[in-house]
Amino acid sequence: MHPLFLFLSFVALLSALGVVFAKNPVHSVLFLILTFFSLSGHYLLLNAQFLAAVNIIVYAGAIMVLFLFVIMFLNLNVDTEPHKPALAKVAAAVAGGSLLLILVAALKDVQPTGVPAGTVFNSQIGMVDQLGMKLYTDFLLPFELASVLFLVAMVGAVMLGKREAGERNF
Amino acid sequence: MLELPALGWQSIVIFVVFALSLLIATYCTYAERVIAAFLQDRVGPDRAGPYGLLQPLADAVKMFTKEEFFPGGANKVLFVVGPCLAMITALMSSAVIPFGNTMSFGNNAFFLQGIEVNIGMLWIFGVVSLGVYGVMIGGWASNNKFSLLGAIRAASQNISYELAMGMSLIAVLMISGTLSLREITLQQSVAGEWQMWNIVKQPIGFLIFLVCAFAETNRTPFDLPECETELVGGYHTEYSSMKLGLYLFSEYVNIFVVSAVMSVLYFGGFNFPFQYELRDWFINSQSWELNSAQNLITLLGTVGLFLKIFAFIFFFMWIRWTLPRFRYDQLMRLGWTILIPLAVFNIVLTGALILFGVI
Repeated sequence: MHPLFLFLSFVALLSALGVVFAKNPVHSVLFLILTFFSLSGHYLLLNAQFLAAVNIIVYAGAIMVLFLFVIMFLNLNVDTEPHKPALAKVAAAVAGGSLLLILVAALKDVQPTGVPAGTVFNSQIGMVDQLGMKLYTDFLLPFELASVLFLVAMVGAVMLGKREAGERNF
Repeated sequence: MLELPALGWQSIVIFVVFALSLLIATYCTYAERVIAAFLQDRVGPDRAGPYGLLQPLADAVKMFTKEEFFPGGANKVLFVVGPCLAMITALMSSAVIPFGNTMSFGNNAFFLQGIEVNIGMLWIFGVVSLGVYGVMIGGWASNNKFSLLGAIRAASQNISYELAMGMSLIAVLMISGTLSLREITLQQSVAGEWQMWNIVKQPIGFLIFLVCAFAETNRTPFDLPECETELVGGYHTEYSSMKLGLYLFSEYVNIFVVSAVMSVLYFGGFNFPFQYELRDWFINSQSWELNSAQNLITLLGTVGLFLKIFAFIFFFMWIRWTLPRFRYDQLMRLGWTILIPLAVFNIVLTGALILFGVI
C-alpha cells in the first residue's frame, strides 16, 4: 500500500477517535477538522482534486466554523455538563451498537475484486472539467434541482436579514 | 500517485516566494506607519536607521524579548496553536500564485510559481476560509469575554463575506473556463490579439471581491474582530510577545496574498502591455536569442506583478487611514443584503454577456 495512504488513514482514524474521546467539545471539533483534512488527502490520492478542495472549503471552512461558533457560545465543559439519565445511555449504546452491526453486516461480504480487465485508466477522471461535463449531461435534473434549493435558501437568508418596516436598531 | 513538484528549480522558487512574503509583510508594518504619517501630516518613524528603515527589525527584537504571558484559566495548547494557525494559513495561499511566466535555460523550462495545480482558485478560496480558525481558536482559548466576542465576530464576518467572495470568483471562472491561476493569467494577454484584463470584463465582480478582501483580512473599515473601542483588543486582547506578533504579522501576509490574487485575477498578473512587441523587438532588432528575450520579459512581468501588488497594499493602507470603522449590524447588512444579491446579479449578467457573445 502507498505510504501516504497508510499515513492518512492513521491520522484519519486517530483523529476520529479523538472526536469521540476528547473531554472538551472544542477539542472534539478540532479533531473533526483534522479528520476532514485527512479525508481530503484520501480524495487527492484517488485523483479527485476538485472533491478534495470542495471538502475543505465546505466542511472544514464553513460548517466546522459554525460548529465551533455554537460550541464556543454554549460553554460546555465538565463542570456544567448535566448528568445524563441511565436510560439515555442505554438507548445511545443500543443505537450505536445496531449501527455497528449494520456496517459489519454490509462490509462482511465485500470482496476486493480490483479493476476489471481491459479498463483504461483515465488520469483526468476527477478533474473539474470532467466532473462538470458529467453533472451537466447525465445528472442535469438533480443538479438543477439542488441549485434551485440553494437559491431558495440564499434568498431566504437575505429576506431574514432585511430590515422590517418600523424596526429600529439603535 | 501524486505528482510531486520537481526538486531543484521548483524548491528554489518556493523558498524565494516564502522569503519574499515574509520580507514584504515585514516592510508592510513600516509602510503602514509611513503612510499613516503621510496621511495625517506627521513625520512617522525616522529614528532606527536611515528613514527609519530598521524599524521592523527593532519591533521584532521588542516582540521577541517581551514577557510570554499566559492568562489564568486559558487553554495553554490552543492558546499557542491559535497564532501558529493564523500564520500557517496566511503563508499557505501564496503557493499557487503565478509570480511570473516561464524561465527557460536550454531545454529546461520552469514556472515562477510554487505549484501549478488545476484547482488554484479553489486552493486560495479554501485556505482563506481556513484563516478564521487561528482567530477563533486564539480568541476562545484566551478565556476572556472580549477575546471570545472578537472570535465570534471574526467567524460570522468571514463566513458571511466568503459567500459573496466565492460568487464573484464564479463570474471570473465563467469567462475563463479554468480554475488554474496560471491559465487565467495567460488568457488575459494573447500574442497578436487585443485582449483585455479581466477588470474590464468584471468591474462589478472586482468591486465585490475587493470589499470582501477587506473583510476577510480583518482590515479597517471591517476590522470588527479587533475593534478596540468596543472590545479592548478583540481576539488578541490577552496576547503578548511574539504570539501577538504572529497575529499582527499574519494580517500583513494576508494583505500581500490577497493583493497578489486580485492582481492575478483582475489585473493581468504578470502580463504588461506590449510585452510581445517588446520581446519581438529584442529578437529582431537586437538579435537576442528567443530564450533570453523570453526570460527578460518574464522578469519584467514579475516586477510588474509586484508593482501591482504594492499598489494594492498601498490602497489597503490608504483606506485604513481614511475610512472609519463600520458598525457590526451595518457590516452584516452590507454583506448579506447588498453584496450577495449584487454577486448573483453579476453572475446572471456575465452569463447573459457570454451568451450574446459580448465577452
